[in-house]
Amino acid sequence: MSDITYKPGKEPHPRETRRIFRNIDREGYDPSIKCYIKDGGYKTLKKVLAMEPAAVIDEVKKSGLRGRGGAGFPTGVKWTFIPKGNTKPVYLVCNCDESEPGTFKDRFIVHQDPHQLIEGMIIACYAVQAHYAVIYMREEFPEGARIMQTALDEAKAKGYLGENIMKSGFDLKIVLHRGAGAYICGEETGLINSIEGARPYPRIKPPFFPAAIGLYGCPTIVNNVESLCQVRQVMMMGGEAYAAEGAQRSPGTRIIGVSGDVKRPGYYEIISGSITYGELLYDLCGGPRVGRKFKAIIPGGASAKVMRCDEVLKGRNPDGSVRNMTIFDVPLDLDSIAQHGSMSGSGGVIVMDDTRSMPKMLNNLNRFFAWESCGQCSPCREGNPWMLKLSTRICNGQGSPEDVDLLKDVADNICGRTVCAFGEACSWPTQAFTTKFRDEFLALTKPINALKPHSPEAAEARKFLTRED
Amino acid sequence: MSENTNAIDAVTAVRPSPGEKYFPKFEVTPELVEKAKELVALYPEGKEQSAILPIIHHIQEEFGYVCPDAMPWIAEMCKSTPVHVAGIVTFYPGIHRTCPGKYHIRICRTIACAMAGSEELLPYICSKIGVDPASMTDEEPMAVSPDGLWSIEAVECLANCGFGPNVMINDTLYSQVTRRKVDELIAEYKKK
Repeated sequence: MSDITYKPGKEPHPRETRRIFRNIDREGYDPSIKCYIKDGGYKTLKKVLAMEPAAVIDEVKKSGLRGRGGAGFPTGVKWTFIPKGNTKPVYLVCNCDESEPGTFKDRFIVHQDPHQLIEGMIIACYAVQAHYAVIYMREEFPEGARIMQTALDEAKAKGYLGENIMKSGFDLKIVLHRGAGAYICGEETGLINSIEGARPYPRIKPPFFPAAIGLYGCPTIVNNVESLCQVRQVMMMGGEAYAAEGAQRSPGTRIIGVSGDVKRPGYYEIISGSITYGELLYDLCGGPRVGRKFKAIIPGGASAKVMRCDEVLKGRNPDGSVRNMTIFDVPLDLDSIAQHGSMSGSGGVIVMDDTRSMPKMLNNLNRFFAWESCGQCSPCREGNPWMLKLSTRICNGQGSPEDVDLLKDVADNICGRTVCAFGEACSWPTQAFTTKFRDEFLALTKPINALKPHSPEAAEARKFLTRED
Repeated sequence: MSENTNAIDAVTAVRPSPGEKYFPKFEVTPELVEKAKELVALYPEGKEQSAILPIIHHIQEEFGYVCPDAMPWIAEMCKSTPVHVAGIVTFYPGIHRTCPGKYHIRICRTIACAMAGSEELLPYICSKIGVDPASMTDEEPMAVSPDGLWSIEAVECLANCGFGPNVMINDTLYSQVTRRKVDELIAEYKKK
């Protein structure tokens, strides 16, 4: 659409394809329902309500749409996990607890285009036949919550929510539930516990996934904000047309948030796999700041493993031969980067240039994870503060070379030993940073430090162990 | 409800705060009960407990923080127990157990904002509002200025990473905050 003008200074890059972010920073666009309907909003819903729910699920399955919250699970397949012959009510929860550092996409949808999310949610609810849905919004979006509540009220007044939506006989109630600043609420079972009014401790996932036993013990579908907006996009375009575009295994558009040391950080919506990390950082983001060089990239939110920019990766040519490449040659889709040991997760790209001290960066992340660990599983609750302590010690120049190995060892012993994926999320950064930038860590340490007590208390206690005669 | 001497008192001992003069003292009014019932009604029948967080948010908006007296009342409204409510209140970092200042500043300290300079900005803001940065610890992340007008807290990711450093004052987010912008904002809020 060429008739859309964007606010000055906020124009999308020519290589972008704005679909979900079509109305973000658009001139003369506000979050009201009037604006949304004028722009063709709720037309897709009308089309969907005339279809059979199973046909909607099929369409989404056909599209190959994969969740945008980080794990990349196929959305349509998730919907089919509701047990057959289920007699309990089905719930749909929209995960708007965007709290992965580096990720900032849902914020703009909620603040500037809330009706897009509501329409997507109604479609998803109709597909899974849920009559009660919850938007779990993080506490840090107080304005977003107000905008969303107004949008929900507007939609209800216009008959898009409530009883007998658009005379289809389908009822739906959407409740806005605000979190209270806990990262763990982004984990779907933690989120469900939070809505239930319990402490948001994640639940053990196999054997029962939320789609079987979720909110209030009933089948529950948890989808990310962007995923739900993509659902609307799928139904608008048709499943096959959607699947035809972008990377084969992760079609559609993706919203990438770039932060850190680039000339133009911000959000970019691109066709999945249509560009590489190099093109993203050099073309769209304008390259590194003047006089600096890229050093490392975290490709998918803080918990993704860091990638060195000078690391030689083995890429596979179409004919099966192997070629050498760097992170800049890796296409931006959901799977490509996973082959090189990291993940594309929620699309938050954090870029670091040669002025950054890697131990300091890791220390910052460790503080984040130590602060946000919910405390349910001992390895994570105890391990994170321990990693923080070690990385702080190294950063302060009080570490010994063994501390670097110990740091990695602690991380190795967290992942895979916790109830939820937080264990992996917190140990991956440490594992990657300490292996890929080992020299930098070692450079800050001194062997003599191994013999020194590390705290004033320890020094005090040690006094009694020393013979003075 | 002070005769309710249970574990809550120990868990949620209140630290007096100069910010209290800007907020009314917690008291159960008919309006508050009405609002609580309205929030409870949002959730399916028999799931009153879900309304704990919404009611806490409402109390925080009205009274600034969740005082120990509020907890048994919340429990009563949500058919829960005071100790369960205390468990929730003590879990979330977004719930205040000490009264914040009239203007509550939240500054993001996570990686992207830290790279953009929030770690240098924090002591600057502290010095502008008369708070000692050393008084912000893991146990007590929030510090209130002596005049009660300001409180400051370093928080984790505010989800606006591309445009750091990010600072929130009450409900409004300010991005790409510089020292100059801090001066302007503080002057602007003081006038209000």
